[in-house]
Amino acid sequence: MNRKTKFIAGGLVIVAALAYLVYAGVTQSVVYFVTPSELGAAPVPGKSYRLGGMVQPGTLKWEPKALDLRFTLSDGKATVPVRHRGTPPDLFAEARGAVVEGTWSRDGYFQATTIMAKHSEEYKAPHDGSQAGYQELLKTLRGGEGKP
Amino acid sequence: MTPELGYALTVAALVLAVYGSGAAAWSAVKGRADLRASSERAAIGVWLLLTACMLLLVYAFLTFDFSVRYVASNTNRGTPFYYRITALWGALEGSIILWGWMLSLYTLIVVARYRRTQPQLYPWTLAVMLGLSSFFLLVMTIPAPPFERLSPIPPDGRGLNPLLEDSGMITHPVALYLGFTGFTVPFAFAMAALIVGRTGDEWITITRRWTIIAWYFLSLGLLIGGWWSYHVLGWGGYWAWDPVENAAFMPWLTATAFLHSVMIQERRRMLKLWNLTLIILTFSLTLFGTFLTRSGIIGSVHAFTQGSIGIFFLAFLALVVLGSFSMLAWRLDRLRAQGELDSIVSRESAFLLNNLFLVAAAFTVFFGTVFPLLSEAVKGVKVSVGAPFFNLVNIPIFLALIFLMGVGPLIAWRRASAENLRRNFLMPVAVGIVGAALCRAFGVGNLLVLLCMGLVAFVAATIALDFWRAARARRRTGDGWLDATWGLALRQNRRYGGFVVHLGILVIALGVAGSQAWSTQTEATINRGATVELAGYTIRFDDLQPAEESNHVKVVGTFSVSDRRGPYTVLTPAKKFYPQEQTPIAAVDYRLGFVEDLYLVLGDFARDGSHATVKIQINRMVSWLWIGGLILTLGAALAILPEPRRTPARPRPEHATVA
Repeated sequence: MNRKTKFIAGGLVIVAALAYLVYAGVTQSVVYFVTPSELGAAPVPGKSYRLGGMVQPGTLKWEPKALDLRFTLSDGKATVPVRHRGTPPDLFAEARGAVVEGTWSRDGYFQATTIMAKHSEEYKAPHDGSQAGYQELLKTLRGGEGKP
Repeated sequence: MTPELGYALTVAALVLAVYGSGAAAWSAVKGRADLRASSERAAIGVWLLLTACMLLLVYAFLTFDFSVRYVASNTNRGTPFYYRITALWGALEGSIILWGWMLSLYTLIVVARYRRTQPQLYPWTLAVMLGLSSFFLLVMTIPAPPFERLSPIPPDGRGLNPLLEDSGMITHPVALYLGFTGFTVPFAFAMAALIVGRTGDEWITITRRWTIIAWYFLSLGLLIGGWWSYHVLGWGGYWAWDPVENAAFMPWLTATAFLHSVMIQERRRMLKLWNLTLIILTFSLTLFGTFLTRSGIIGSVHAFTQGSIGIFFLAFLALVVLGSFSMLAWRLDRLRAQGELDSIVSRESAFLLNNLFLVAAAFTVFFGTVFPLLSEAVKGVKVSVGAPFFNLVNIPIFLALIFLMGVGPLIAWRRASAENLRRNFLMPVAVGIVGAALCRAFGVGNLLVLLCMGLVAFVAATIALDFWRAARARRRTGDGWLDATWGLALRQNRRYGGFVVHLGILVIALGVAGSQAWSTQTEATINRGATVELAGYTIRFDDLQPAEESNHVKVVGTFSVSDRRGPYTVLTPAKKFYPQEQTPIAAVDYRLGFVEDLYLVLGDFARDGSHATVKIQINRMVSWLWIGGLILTLGAALAILPEPRRTPARPRPEHATVA
């Protein structure tokens, strides 16, 4: 075997190893992106999903002592109950979009390991509702805590 | 008035850039010095006009001129003074101005520096750079005009994204864009060399130094981005394999490959075609990154503004890639290698392997990033691969790269003899093994971490060995140790600059390994006055108080922390409420340390202050990343220094005749 063949053979072995690494990486870590109706149609327990939808108003329940967060994600057609252990992240609220990553539990809910709420670079003008909420919060904070 | 004036300045700059590009090219074809001088004046004009654009926009920000849509979208009357200046690059349109301005600045430096020294390549380089500037000015004119008028004029603006109100956001984009635009210079020189047909070695020397500069700024941008992510976003991490991060990481990888393979070309006249390919790839990847993040085709947590700008970048990217690779094909016969590989055990092969792994890493990052697109196009299924994929694939590649970092600089060129290998590597390999064994003895169980520690020890030993030998050799000529060391670093600044950069990378690698393996966290709801314990720290929730800032209110929690020795510190993480935001934003508080950082995020709280939910993280060795960044800065500065003139009369020891 001459030098050139050796080099090419060596290179091919490494490239093949890298290709296998990529293949193994994909098969091990692929996450399916589903909507609530797609997940509702055929949930596979134990499989990793990324579930995207809107947090249905009135369903958000947060129990701080137990760090237990529950809410329902909806895409307008179907809903999926979601549970998460931990504080709701910033930018996460009812009637806003959220993407959760986790698995479908046999007990009929989605166990989320991470919750992602979308960051946005540019900010929308405040809705009247949120503005009122902000004012109300200010009032409670100033009044309730007796700030000078 | 400001919007119209700004727009006029932009259009004037566009016209000048297009004219200048054409004039420079025509002057090269016809050899007309008058046209060349005219194109240089055009380059100066473009820079002046863009500077005026920037100043005008800063002025609009400082005077709250909400007739400019961009100002109204990114600031309000409460925005603090300094953030009103940095709001300039807080969003897309302003970033493009910054990009264009830096490009015009680099163009001026090229004019000043190479007008006389590179008479043949220089006019074409200028033509290419002004052509590229034209594209960014076109973007500023049509899809992303920063001076768009807003009418009616609102009484107040929307305000800057609260996450960007941070010192990291002042420096991160500047460093990143200095890196991105810096790669334009090597690209322009490469194109000029192809057009003129002088594919010899002079342009590659110019290119190398420029690539180091761009590479350095890009590295800095990546690190500051990590720091920003770490202390602002409140998840305790610095790197998430998000498409935006990947977009900046890919050109870094290919540029790193180029910085190494260029040495083979300088030394052995090989890999000309490959080096040109790497330059083109690096430059194209900077454009691709912008396309990826700005077009909205890939979902990212960063979610930038979307618009028609994606299609502009895609078309331009296609033009650049097709154009530059056609030129490569056209000049293929001049790019034949003049040397050839002699042995598998040689520095050439070490560098080839280094290139293979770096490009493979860039490819896997690319693959993982566009995987959702591929999968949807091919199989119609929406899937993604997240951090686990990138970690699984890249950890082995980076470990291999660290290994090569030790081998490359010391192994002989052409063919390494058994004697060379024994002399240079016996001690370092022993150090590596002992290092790993010591870590094992101190209770490190994770195999990957052990491997990483062993490899880092090995590489550090090769660097120490080389430096010691060279300094000893200089000392024989009569210098003291300090003089010898200094003299060595300055005399062979490229080689030792490279070593210092390697040391910086090693420290960063330790930081990554340590923080991944040993960090720990918990989350708890604490009643006022109660405590929670984690890893030797006792954290007590003392108080919750509101406070008002110029543009937001915040609720500040006070937590006193004691460790085993007694009271340690008081941390005050907060939640900030911005009127323009519907949900609050966490303001992390932390105490950085050499070994571990204590990091507190206020999650939720009762309005009466009776209890608060807090996330407590002990992030180990994260500071090593920032320390590594400082070392890297020193090394890059050393490597960029002009090389001292060689004195051929003085014979140098065998192992030092390199780099």
